[in-house]
Amino acid sequence: MFAYIVRRLALMLVTLIGISIIIFVLLRVVPGNIVDILFDAAGFVDPSDKANLEKELGLNLPLYVQYLHWIGGLLHGDLGYSYVSEKPALQEILPRIPITARLAGLALLFSASIGIPLGVISAVHQGSRLDYALRVVSLSGLSLPSFWLGLLILMASVSLFGTMPIYNPNPATWTEAIAMYCVPAMAVGFRSAALTMRITRSSMLEILRQDYIRTARAKGASESSVNYRHALKNAILPVITVIGIEAAFLIGGLIVTETVFNIPGVARFLVEALRWRDYPIVQNLVMLIAVVVVFANFTVDMLYAAIDPRIRYTD
Amino acid sequence: MRSVRALAAAALLLLPAYHVASAAEPKQGGILRIYHRDSPGSASIHEGATYSVNVPFMPVYNNLVVFNQNIAQNSQDTIVPDLAESWAWSGDGKTLTFKLKQGVKWHDGKPFTSADVKCTFDMLMGKSQQKLRQNPRKSWYNEVNDVTTNGDFEASFNLKRPQPALLSLLASGYTPVYPCHVSPAEMRTHPIGTGPFKFVEFKANESIKLVRNPDYFKKGLPHLDGIEFNIITNRSTAILGFISGQFDMTFPTEVSIPMLKDVKTQAPKAICEVEPNNVSTNIIVNSSSPPFDNLDVRRALALALDRKAFIQIMFEGQGDIGGTMLPAPGGLWAMPKEMLESIPGYGPDINANREEARKLMQKAGYGPDKHLQVKVSTRNIPVYRDPAVILIDQIKSIYIDAELDVVDTAQWFPKVARKDYTLGLNLTGNAVDDPDQSFYENYSCGSERNYTNYCNKEIEKLFDQQSQETDVAKRKKMVWEIDKKLQEDVARPIIFHSRTGTCWQPYVKGITVMVNSSYNGYRYEDVWLDK
Repeated sequence: MFAYIVRRLALMLVTLIGISIIIFVLLRVVPGNIVDILFDAAGFVDPSDKANLEKELGLNLPLYVQYLHWIGGLLHGDLGYSYVSEKPALQEILPRIPITARLAGLALLFSASIGIPLGVISAVHQGSRLDYALRVVSLSGLSLPSFWLGLLILMASVSLFGTMPIYNPNPATWTEAIAMYCVPAMAVGFRSAALTMRITRSSMLEILRQDYIRTARAKGASESSVNYRHALKNAILPVITVIGIEAAFLIGGLIVTETVFNIPGVARFLVEALRWRDYPIVQNLVMLIAVVVVFANFTVDMLYAAIDPRIRYTD
Repeated sequence: MRSVRALAAAALLLLPAYHVASAAEPKQGGILRIYHRDSPGSASIHEGATYSVNVPFMPVYNNLVVFNQNIAQNSQDTIVPDLAESWAWSGDGKTLTFKLKQGVKWHDGKPFTSADVKCTFDMLMGKSQQKLRQNPRKSWYNEVNDVTTNGDFEASFNLKRPQPALLSLLASGYTPVYPCHVSPAEMRTHPIGTGPFKFVEFKANESIKLVRNPDYFKKGLPHLDGIEFNIITNRSTAILGFISGQFDMTFPTEVSIPMLKDVKTQAPKAICEVEPNNVSTNIIVNSSSPPFDNLDVRRALALALDRKAFIQIMFEGQGDIGGTMLPAPGGLWAMPKEMLESIPGYGPDINANREEARKLMQKAGYGPDKHLQVKVSTRNIPVYRDPAVILIDQIKSIYIDAELDVVDTAQWFPKVARKDYTLGLNLTGNAVDDPDQSFYENYSCGSERNYTNYCNKEIEKLFDQQSQETDVAKRKKMVWEIDKKLQEDVARPIIFHSRTGTCWQPYVKGITVMVNSSYNGYRYEDVWLDK
């Protein structure tokens, strides 16, 4: 087990180095840099002024030198300066992380707490009206883009309550504080909940046909004990895998949700930074996301063993 | 009896007047909440090229002179002193001297003097040690030799030749005076001004906060305690925020005509104004290579345009047709209707125009059996893309089969500068409704914003002549002739001038939406909240 963990950690390091190179190269392949954008937006291009700014930002250096500067800084905890705000990148990124983390955490919680029970109910009542209704809900969850759902929620809020749950750094009441996170989390977590529900349902259906479930029923176990203690415990593994993958996909959903609900989180900031070709921000943020995803996968793998004692990691 | 009735009638007439007067008494206090359409690149107006910078930061600064913030139409007649106490032109029209106000302080407590004026304009002319990261309006000061001071409270602009329009350029929201003692880098992140509001913080993609300057040199102003801009990039969310009352005002001139309907339906008490924003949608034609090096093909293109259809489709009829200069009544320099309609392609009979266009195309070797294949390049933004699609549809009628080529914003201007296009659809904004700004920037030989490289030495001479003319009536006639010639040469065919809306809640008082520029009316020192 220990050797397996060490090997996985070493593999993670190699993966992260590979990702850093891909991020760095891809960013430079995208046409235009911040200097182009700054100057061209004005429609005036003074070549000497442009060259001066490129020099000031270090964009005139060979690519490998720029890469080494970035990685060297990263290892020393120096993430560089944002080209746009001219503030340290760390100072720009750090306050936004808890906002997105809270939102992502709530979205995952919503996804699991809604998707798993509904998936079980749907499987247990297979073929019933309730099952069909839940399947329609899950299909709509998979089909509705989160930005559209978000806008619908906002429009309904304005129409029904005369207010809307967009981000406010200083919420006046605790209900406002809860709403400004929970509502967007539901909007972004709805798709994920639908997927979790479908996976739970199909996994449960498979388990419920197993012999040991029949045995459990034969020895007089209650329905809830059969469904939740015997069946769900064994059906949950693929669900955890999906939730792990969804955690990575969530960032895509968060970009639009943060934009629609005006949440100043990491995802929206990343898009803005990309628009400005603010390399220090984009590189470090994508790297941060890569680290989160790699660790999320690692955690899921470790969870397998904790949940299913039959799984053993060997060399 | 008659006199009693007359007295009663007079009293009744006076009553509402009294009420108006008392209702118009400004109240002190309150925070004005506006949403901002995007996160500006910096807080430095001199380095900005979009009014996304002017709107939140114009209240931080003062100019030497400024367009009267309570009069909607900017003109030389509406220019009022700001940091200057008075101004005077020398007899030869080559020196403009400003007497400056005394006792004015920067937000950090340091005194404002003529040295700050010299510093600012030396920096804009590229003559100082301090350099701006970018200087988009350097060409505004091409005719200024230098700025000299006489003591702490007098500054003079010495010109190479008379240029009456310089005063208008100095009155623009784009021309604040910066402090000598603060570096351009600091001005980008923490601006220091003399204006009615002090800068508090700018959180990128989040908010911009300004607070009342208690030491403002205009006594009793501003009325507001502060202004907060909440940055909301999603237009639908922003409009919903305004409708739900979370904002007192929309971002100026940012409400499109279709959205205006939603606002009026869902927030019927909101006050909305639709005004021209002095932004023209035009076609850039690459006349340096075939097929548009042929004047006949260019003229056919201009004749094919149905401008009313563009305005009807995009703005439900709320737009203006004109030449380079903003059409009347908003614009000061627009040619008369009869003159405009005498230009090929501006006549009301579209079918006749297109028939003539087809003849020109046939003369150039194209026809029903041989269509011209081109690409229409434009930025990948709806305000560019939508008219480009309509243009493609319209030019089909003159044997031109065009394909839309959408270009990323970062690549748009480099592409245009490389002349890597055949036809392009472009938007041109004018900060000041004055021919000097528009003609020199967009049509002068060698100008960096003259994307089509149109160069006509005869017209160039006329540019200089109108620029030096002090008689406004005479200058207008010269400007009309120049504008007509530019359209006839198909230098950069103007399709339409757009209009956009601004809305605010009924308790917001003192808002004036400028009708001939969207860059100059955001000082907000007279704005107050009636609640």
